[in-house]
Amino acid sequence: MTPPHRQIHLAAHFPGVNNTTVWADPRAGSQIDFSSFEHLARTAERGKFDFFFLAEGLRLREHKGRIYDLDVVGRPESLTVLSALSAVTERLGLAATVNTTFNEPYELARRLATLDHLSGGRAAWNVVTTNDAFTGANFRRGGYLDRADRYRRAEEFVRLARTLWDSWAPDAVVADPERGVFVRPGAIREFRHEGPQFTVSGRFTVPRSPQGHPVIIQAGDSGEGREFAAANADVIFTRHGTLAEGKAFYADVKSRLAKYGRRPDELKIMPGVTFVIGDTDAEAAELAAEIRRQQVSPQTAIAFLEQIWGRDLSHLDPDGPLPDIEPDLSTEVAEGRVKHHDRAAVAARWRAVARERNLTIRELVIEMTGRQSFVGSPLTVAKSMAEFVAAEAADGFILVPHLIPGGLDDFVDRVVPLLQELGAFRTEYTGTTLRDHLGLAVPAGKEAA
Amino acid sequence: MTTTGHLHLAVALDGAGWHPAAWREAGAHARELFTARYWAKLAGEAERGLLDFVTIEDAFRLQSTLPDDVDDRTDQVRGRLDAVLLAASLAPRTRHIGLVPTATTTHTEPFHVAMGIATLDHVSRGRAGWRVQVSPRASEAAHFGRRAIPRLDPEFRDRALLAELFEEAADAVEVARRLWDSWEDDAEIRDVATGRFIDRDKLHYIDFSGRWFSVKGPAITPRPPQGRPIVAVLDHGGTAVPYELPARAADIVFVTPHDRDDAARIVERVRAVPRDGEPLKIFADLLVFVGPDAAERKARLDELDGAELVSDARIFTGTADELADLLLDWREAGIDGFRLRPGAVPADLKGIARGLTAALRRRGAFRHAYESTTLRGLLGLPRPASRYAAASGRLP
Repeated sequence: MTPPHRQIHLAAHFPGVNNTTVWADPRAGSQIDFSSFEHLARTAERGKFDFFFLAEGLRLREHKGRIYDLDVVGRPESLTVLSALSAVTERLGLAATVNTTFNEPYELARRLATLDHLSGGRAAWNVVTTNDAFTGANFRRGGYLDRADRYRRAEEFVRLARTLWDSWAPDAVVADPERGVFVRPGAIREFRHEGPQFTVSGRFTVPRSPQGHPVIIQAGDSGEGREFAAANADVIFTRHGTLAEGKAFYADVKSRLAKYGRRPDELKIMPGVTFVIGDTDAEAAELAAEIRRQQVSPQTAIAFLEQIWGRDLSHLDPDGPLPDIEPDLSTEVAEGRVKHHDRAAVAARWRAVARERNLTIRELVIEMTGRQSFVGSPLTVAKSMAEFVAAEAADGFILVPHLIPGGLDDFVDRVVPLLQELGAFRTEYTGTTLRDHLGLAVPAGKEAA
Repeated sequence: MTTTGHLHLAVALDGAGWHPAAWREAGAHARELFTARYWAKLAGEAERGLLDFVTIEDAFRLQSTLPDDVDDRTDQVRGRLDAVLLAASLAPRTRHIGLVPTATTTHTEPFHVAMGIATLDHVSRGRAGWRVQVSPRASEAAHFGRRAIPRLDPEFRDRALLAELFEEAADAVEVARRLWDSWEDDAEIRDVATGRFIDRDKLHYIDFSGRWFSVKGPAITPRPPQGRPIVAVLDHGGTAVPYELPARAADIVFVTPHDRDDAARIVERVRAVPRDGEPLKIFADLLVFVGPDAAERKARLDELDGAELVSDARIFTGTADELADLLLDWREAGIDGFRLRPGAVPADLKGIARGLTAALRRRGAFRHAYESTTLRGLLGLPRPASRYAAASGRLP
């Protein structure tokens, strides 16, 4: 008998506000109607996925001082739409990305605990930080936090949230009408927290939720991000790369856990991945190329170039060659997106590739930006994914479909059954909470004094 | 008043009902208070009665019998879920009834609240409202640690503080409404030829700058189905300028008259405050025990709680017919609708949704079927155009 295959964890990312999401396809539906969210979530649940995932964006992105109009724009408030989804799903985990810079622990801890109650233990929080005054312009607190402070605030925020979640004893609510006891005496403990970021005290208003603490996800590959995840997170949402890169990242992150008294399997590593499925590998490759062209429209190609070059290039022909123009490193044309670290080096590399391979601007952008992670027949995709997990390059994947609402249909109908046949993926949910699906223990609660 | 002559009915949901001992009644299912199933049953009952909307109470503090302290009582319901999220979980489980959760303005971000309510409107396809409330207590402020608020004076003698919190609430509503308008209805164009998903000339910065916050905009969420979700405020008329907040910032005001004459006086004062746009809908709040055994049930609950029930609203005990007569009498004083706080759930919720609605229908004063799929439609309020569309001269 072959040893049991390492189990894959799967999540579905609602296609977001970037050029991965193809809106120009005739099959592309609404990005805001609840029916689109419902379809994707139900599909993920039909495929026995671990969870459904929503990203965050608190200010519309800008390009050359104006709202960027080439990608999908607009999204719902994450926890609100997930609460609605809790009513149309039964087992699927529900993960929201929520910022620690522009929220307060008491309110956010309450909202997350509420989602956990409403969903019967399926809530997850992807903890992110923001540094920019650009986003801050929509908020009371506004302003800029430097990189280290962002993580210090996030760390203290999560610690305080856990204090709040622990403040009600697990069996606080007895609701015994005969004896007239609703809560056990002493079971709602006072909390007191004094720190550099927050000084708060009082009583929390939400009883301990089914998972004790919602599942904590951390997104980001930086040193601070990895350390934060090792100390605090149950899942790390990372970038997908080669098998070798994945193994190195996996080993690095898992090795950081012992220091915090945690076992390697207490943190799941889940890269975000895209996929294209065809009847054959050749058909999938063709389809993938077609999707890349949809993702990089002529206008998008120029906009990407402008982001790196830092100047207006709207006069260029996207189907023409890349002229010898020096990037302007003194200005940023894009706001509200992840910045290129070294634009001079990126521009130099792009110019070299364009020259060597004689590519038009659009071809170049297609070549140099976000290729699909898994492309092939259902069997090829299933095997590559299983191989990644077997080789300890990941514990699973957060799938990012390029189409809404039907972008996950093929994967669930054609790849999931093969993963199940390989023995690499569950055929039924064995538990009811997201912690059950991920094999994570419920944090120990504190009994009433 | 609506053209049909029907009055509007809402029910205020909170825990097992508004009597502190309500959870001890048979059939209260108090152990399920923090589950979606419990609330779905309540909303379903209200919807079967064809009520206009339900409100859901919320606050950043544990319930207490003391004005600004935890009382550590163990014999009453303690704990609440976030009302906006709770309302969102009810949206797919209902089809017609309006969902009006409480969201506070003193310690929250107006941007987040506005996007939450806009999203509630999207997931309910046009049935969202927002009951605006302030957090006037030191104990609430201590949960956030950002703002010094003095201990609450039970007599509310600190008019200045309350005025300030109300003014901030009005600013929060202004921000929300500008954000809801910041996407014109036809901003999404999906124009393949030019590669543009939106027409960015139809998205607008709101550039709100006030004493407590500044918000740039535009919204991250496209315009809600109702254009602007309904805003409701409870006002006891105790501020320096009574009813100024609802006149400035609400579609509905909840008031607390104690009899018909009081109702007439309040209506007069509300109508005296200058206001732009549609007339404010005036809803009277009543705490009700409905049914043939109403008085006995209330007496039993009072005994269990060890005190007679007190409320800011008139407490009614009587039959559905008696309640129907009272509501129609108050309507003569200019009241548009009623927000009824059931003394105990499920008995008084059923008393409202079944008994009262039937009694009102017999008097020709309540709907026989839902006439609209949006809350604005049920209230007879038009869908407003975006202020920015009007400003740019491109009326749809």
